[in-house]
Amino acid sequence: MGSTVALGIDLGSTTTKLVAVDATGALVHHSVQSTAPTMAQQAAALVAQARLDLGAPDAPLVATGYGRHLVQDAARQVTEITCHARGVFHATGQPCTLIDIGGQDTKVITIGAGGKVMSFAMNDKCAAGTGRFLEVAAQRLQLPIDAFGPLALEGDAEEPLSSTCVVFAESEMISLLARGVALAPIVRGLHRSLVRRVAALARGAGAQAPVLLSGGVARNPAVRALLEAELGLAVVVPPHPQLAGAWGAALLAG
Amino acid sequence: MSLLASARYHLNVDLIGNGFLRYERRKLERKLANPRPHPHLGPPLVTAAELKELISRHYLKGRYASGHKPVAWVTSGAPVEFLQALGFFLLYPENHGAVCGIRRKAEEYCSAAEDLGYSRDICSYARTDIGSVMTGKTPVGTLPRPDLLVCCTNICQTVLYWYRVLAEHFGCPLVIIDTPFVYDSASDHSVAYVLRQIEQAVEVAERVAGRSLEPDKLRQVTQLSRDAVDLWMQVLERCRHRPAPMTAFDAFIQLAPIVEMRGEDFAVGYYQRLLAALDQRIADGVWALKDERLRLVWDNLPIWHRMRWLGERFAERGVALVASTYTNAWGELAPLIDPAHPLESGARTYLHAILNRSTGHKLNVIKGLVSDYQADGVVLHSDRSCKPYSVGQIDQRGRLVGAEGVPALLLEADHNDPRSFSEEQVAARLDAFLEILES
Repeated sequence: MGSTVALGIDLGSTTTKLVAVDATGALVHHSVQSTAPTMAQQAAALVAQARLDLGAPDAPLVATGYGRHLVQDAARQVTEITCHARGVFHATGQPCTLIDIGGQDTKVITIGAGGKVMSFAMNDKCAAGTGRFLEVAAQRLQLPIDAFGPLALEGDAEEPLSSTCVVFAESEMISLLARGVALAPIVRGLHRSLVRRVAALARGAGAQAPVLLSGGVARNPAVRALLEAELGLAVVVPPHPQLAGAWGAALLAG
Repeated sequence: MSLLASARYHLNVDLIGNGFLRYERRKLERKLANPRPHPHLGPPLVTAAELKELISRHYLKGRYASGHKPVAWVTSGAPVEFLQALGFFLLYPENHGAVCGIRRKAEEYCSAAEDLGYSRDICSYARTDIGSVMTGKTPVGTLPRPDLLVCCTNICQTVLYWYRVLAEHFGCPLVIIDTPFVYDSASDHSVAYVLRQIEQAVEVAERVAGRSLEPDKLRQVTQLSRDAVDLWMQVLERCRHRPAPMTAFDAFIQLAPIVEMRGEDFAVGYYQRLLAALDQRIADGVWALKDERLRLVWDNLPIWHRMRWLGERFAERGVALVASTYTNAWGELAPLIDPAHPLESGARTYLHAILNRSTGHKLNVIKGLVSDYQADGVVLHSDRSCKPYSVGQIDQRGRLVGAEGVPALLLEADHNDPRSFSEEQVAARLDAFLEILES
C-alpha cells in the first residue's frame, strides 16, 4: 500500500465522518461535518484535506454509510453494519452486542470473534427509534441537541408519552406543554419512548452482555442510562462512539 | 350458454388469437435464440416464449369466456379439479394481482380501492383486485364476469371478506370452503368436514354449470393435476444442482401454469418441456448465473414489483436464490393427490397447504430446503400484506440463526404495493447480509 495511514469515511444520513488510523489501528485524525446535499463533493474535499494534512496522498480509503457509493475514490464500499462491528471490536477486543443509534437507522449487531458480524437487526420503516426522533423534539422545544440528554436526567419526574410516532409524539409534547407540564419530565418521557423501541429491537435480536452503544446518539447520557435500565444490562459507550463506522472503514482499508 | 358467445369465442381464441399468439411466440423464440448477453445472468430459459403464449392465451380465453363457458373466480389454494371437470373457465384474482404487480399497475388499483374506503392495511392482492374490479381496469384486456366464486380459507382469512365483496358486487353465488388449521397433521374429522364442503360446492357448481360432474372426467383432471404437480416438483429439484440451472426468480414466473392451469393437459406438457430444457442446461453447463458463489432460500411471496431489481442485485453479487417456500408449496403436496379418490384426497391435500399449517412446520420446510439445496442462508421476506405467511418469521429467523447456525435476514416489503417498499433500506440490509455471508 505504501502508506502507514488508512482512511475511512462514513457518509451518514445526518453527519459525515472521516477517520484516519495508523498501522496499529489507532486513531490519528478525524473530522465530523453535517452531511451536505452535495455529498460526493463534500466527501472528496474531506478526503483530499485529510490526505494533505497527513502527508499521505496515497492513503487507502474505504467508504461506508448511505452515501458510500458516491465516494469514487474509495477502494471498496462496505456497509455500516460491517464497519461498525469492526470499529467497535477494535475498541473492545471481545465479542459483544452493539447498539448503534444513528440519525435515521438503529441497528443491533451481534459481533463475534475477530469482529465478524454474526447477525443484525434494524429498525423498520419508522424513525421513532432513531436520532431523528430526538432531533425533531429538540428543535420543536428550541433546545440544543447537546443539552437534551442532561435535561432528561435532571430529575426523576417523567411524563409518559403514549405515542411511538415522531409526528404524534410532537403533538403530544405540545399538548403537555400547553397543560403547563415542566420541560424536564417531558424530555425524559421522550427519551424513554425512544429507548423502549431500541430495547425492544435489542431484545428481539437477543442482546447479551457486554452491550456497547455507538452512533451520534450514544453521546446523549440519558439514552445510555435509560437503556441500561430497560435492558437490565450495563451499556458501555466506547471512545468516539460517533466515529465507530468510519473507524471500522479505516481499519478495513488498512 | 349462448351460441353467439361460443362463435365469438372460437373466432377470437381458436382462429385469430391462436394464430397471433403463435406468431408472437415464434418472434420471441427467435429473439431468445440470440439473447443479449448479460454481465451476470445466464441466458433466459428457452421455454419463456411458450410460457408467455400459455399465459396470454389463458387471459384471451377469459376475455371471451362469458356466455361460452361458466366462469369461476377462485382463491389460489381452492380445490379446482371439480370445476375444471365441469368445464369452468377459472380466474385467479391473486394471479391476476401478481400480473398487475409485475406490470406496475397494482399501485393504481390499490389506490382506487383505498379511495373506496378499503384500508391500506388490507392485503395488496385484495386491494389490487377490488380496485381492478371497481374501475374495470386491467393490463390483460378484460376479465370475465364470474358466475361462481369459490373461496377456500387455507391461504388466509382475508379471502372470506374479499370474496364477500366480490359476491355482493357481481351478485353471483359464493361457496366458502373452510379449512381448520392444521398444527401437526389433519384429523379425520377435519378431512371429513372439508370433504363435505367440497361435495356441497360440487352441487352448487353443477347447478351453475347446468351439467353433472362426471366421475371419469374428475379422475382424469385430478390425474393431470397430480402429473403437473409432480413435474413441478422435479423442475424445482433441478435447482439442487450446483450451480443452479434456474433461480427462484425464474420459478416465481414459471409457477403461473401450476396455479392457474392446474388440471389442464397443456400445463403437463409445458412442465415436461421445461424439465427437458433444464436437463439440457445442466448437460450443456448453462447456469442461471454466470458466477454462482452463494446460494439462498427465499421465504414468502416474491416482491412482484421489484423482481428485476432484486434479481439483478443478487446476480451482481453471485447470489442464486435456489429455492423458496412459496414455489415449493405448489409441489410438496403431490404425494397426497390420489386420482382414484379425487374428492377425499382433495380434502386432505388442500388442508395441508403451507399457510394452513403451523409456524413450526414452515421452519422445518425452510430447514429442509437449506439442507437439500445446499443453501448458505435464508432471506425471509416479511410481507406487510401477507400476515399468515409472515407471522412467526422473527422466531423462525431466531431459530435458524441460533440453533441451526444458518445466517438469515428479515426483509420488510410488500408483495404488490410498491409504497411499502423502500429501496434504500432493502439495499442496506441485503448488502450487509451478503457481507456476512462473504466474510
